[in-house]
Amino acid sequence: MTDGPVSGGQVSSGEFAGKVALVTGASGGIGRAAALRFASGGATVVCSDIAEDGGHETVSLIAAGGGTASLVLADVSSESDVESLIDITMHEYGRLDIAFNNAGIGLFGKTIVEHTEDDYDRIMGVNSTGVFLCLKYEIPAMLESGGGCIVNTASKAGLVGDAGLSVYSASKHAVVGMTKTAALEYARKGIRVNCVAPGVIDTDINTPFWQANPGAYEEFSKKPPMGRMGTAEEVAEAVAWLCTDDAAFVHGHAMSVDAGMLAE
Amino acid sequence: MGMLDGKVAVVTGGTYGIGRAVSVRAAAEGAKVVIGARGQQAGIDTVKEIEAAGGEATFIATDVAKADDVEALIGGTIAAYGRLDLACNNAGIGGERQLIHEVSEEDFESIMALNLRGCFVCVKLELQQMLKVGGGSIVNMASANGLIGTALFTAYTASKHGMVGLTKAAALEYADKGIRVNAVCPGGVETPLFTETYPVGSESRKAAMDFHPIGRIGTSEEIAAAVVFLWSDKASYITGTCLTLDGGLTAN
Amino acid sequence: MSDFGQKIALVTGAGSGIGRATALVFAREGATVACSDIDTESGEATVRMIEDLGGTASFVRADVSVGADVEAMVQTVVERYGRLDVAHNNAGIGGLGKPIVQHSLSEFERTMAVNTKGVFHGMKYQIPQMLKQGGGAIVNTSSMMGLVGLAGISAYSASKHAVVGLTRSAALEYGSKGVRINCICPGIIRTPINQKYWDEFPEAEKEWLSIEPIGRYGEPEEVAEVVVWMASDEASFMHGHALSVDGGATAQ
Repeated sequence: MTDGPVSGGQVSSGEFAGKVALVTGASGGIGRAAALRFASGGATVVCSDIAEDGGHETVSLIAAGGGTASLVLADVSSESDVESLIDITMHEYGRLDIAFNNAGIGLFGKTIVEHTEDDYDRIMGVNSTGVFLCLKYEIPAMLESGGGCIVNTASKAGLVGDAGLSVYSASKHAVVGMTKTAALEYARKGIRVNCVAPGVIDTDINTPFWQANPGAYEEFSKKPPMGRMGTAEEVAEAVAWLCTDDAAFVHGHAMSVDAGMLAE
Repeated sequence: MGMLDGKVAVVTGGTYGIGRAVSVRAAAEGAKVVIGARGQQAGIDTVKEIEAAGGEATFIATDVAKADDVEALIGGTIAAYGRLDLACNNAGIGGERQLIHEVSEEDFESIMALNLRGCFVCVKLELQQMLKVGGGSIVNMASANGLIGTALFTAYTASKHGMVGLTKAAALEYADKGIRVNAVCPGGVETPLFTETYPVGSESRKAAMDFHPIGRIGTSEEIAAAVVFLWSDKASYITGTCLTLDGGLTAN
Repeated sequence: MSDFGQKIALVTGAGSGIGRATALVFAREGATVACSDIDTESGEATVRMIEDLGGTASFVRADVSVGADVEAMVQTVVERYGRLDVAHNNAGIGGLGKPIVQHSLSEFERTMAVNTKGVFHGMKYQIPQMLKQGGGAIVNTSSMMGLVGLAGISAYSASKHAVVGLTRSAALEYGSKGVRINCICPGIIRTPINQKYWDEFPEAEKEWLSIEPIGRYGEPEEVAEVVVWMASDEASFMHGHALSVDGGATAQ
């Protein structure tokens, strides 16, 4: 199911002018912030998510800002959805230059013993298999387009462990592994692949955890060495930077955006 | 039948804390141990402790910040035993708690001279001897601070990171020559150095202990066990790595 | 080496390669070994090898990708022996040697199901039993490819990175409750998994050697010695660590 393109009608200029960017998990949080950032940089943005309302809102926000975007609903854990997503993008725009594989779900607060088979399958399905499927279908499209840049959303928990986040951490470590491997495979074929490893970011993915644990929001705000959580925009800036030519030598890297949490 | 029977081992800073535990354990595993450290009395005491337990050890006064001392240490080892098989480069200091902009150049230099340059000089001379016998195993005593930072310990952290880098590079150079080079990265360990930094009964000590997911800090014996393991043939395929012994500190 | 007498060890993927080697070393050190594998013939062969050397072992079949199998496996071990002290979650399948775009979804999922979900299942059912006993030790088999990437094995690398994530997180959850959890990251080892790959891609056997600074591949026994050491009390302060046994491969 698709919508758009919706255009604010402005002539596109900026570091992403003329480029087509795909963002999964674009209905809110980091995905929305990245979609808006790519658009303000002149890219045409294909926003994807399973959440229709949030997706529409992102597209509207982009149009309101003078950019061009469309919405394609897709569940990244479904191979047919992902294949369609890329097909539609190529059919609509004829190219794919940037992909931000960001769709992800969290599950905080259960020990590894408490995780059920369903929990495991759901988290790994979206966070790990979802990234695999996106890479699998994006890469040929980018090769067709003459090259491209992919950023995957990993996490601080993709580089270290976290109590209460075992399966999430496993899924994000897997994203780091796939990032490195894909980077090595396509280094000489014009596709750069990196991931971002956000620390504690103030977005809705955490809301269930704050609600279930009064006082946790304040506690977690103090954890990062900077003494505050990060914003979705801060992560989006890092993602955008990775997709510019300034980052042309950055490849196969897990870029931490975590206020120094991994330095200690 | 010990894990290190017939081997000759050098341990720097081997008279207290982790170094002492390494010296004692190495001797218990059958190695002939040459201890290089600054404190004469502590050196004599450590040798006595080892001999009382039936082991063999020698003390040679050594300040690893002085290249001549290190030459004398290695030279003395060869003079006594004719060979060098194993080395644990453990001599090191922590430094004062200071914000980086308050650290004087002299303080920075003196920590680097002992912790990092001292390690480099030791490794250099040890490798020369090990090449002669066609093999050996070196363990550098880095720290969790060789992998992560800790506020107020800039020079220490830099020196330990440097030690990790030196370890990996040395490992790559000698991997196919039968010499293995690894680092051990302990977290908090019950030693005089730790107690100096985190006094008994202090809030900072309690916080440091709680910071370890396992709920306690380590003992010198636990660290010594890892050194001896890395020295042994059981670790025959391990080189260039940082064996982390920190009760989960850096897993976090 | 600490005595494993009176201890019960469970090894998955014990029918060959690293698993078989580990089962044999645990038995040598005095443990009673529950050998598990998806292949009955090879698993039972490992049991016979242990018995021929005077040790005690038994076989329990399980497909680690199936939660119910793993639950039953742990139950069987506890029914037979009354306890479970050490577990080596080692069962795994290898890399496919093709770019990510050529991996089918089912190939990706199969690799993840055995290598990652298998470890998840293992810990999920082993930890509660160990908690009942007041403690235990778990070693998961990751890989050098759990720390770095390599072209051609994206699903394998993803699955082994995920094992590191599971290991570190579980370690943080249970460290203070007496269950020590670590993983091992072997480099390129002469195992049936790799031999099968080399049979299909003979050039790879020569090419991959350049990955190993030590100049040779590792033997399963070399990995086994390290796993058993990690599971022993000698490694009592090691927790949440990914220990490389890789001839220097990840030092570069």
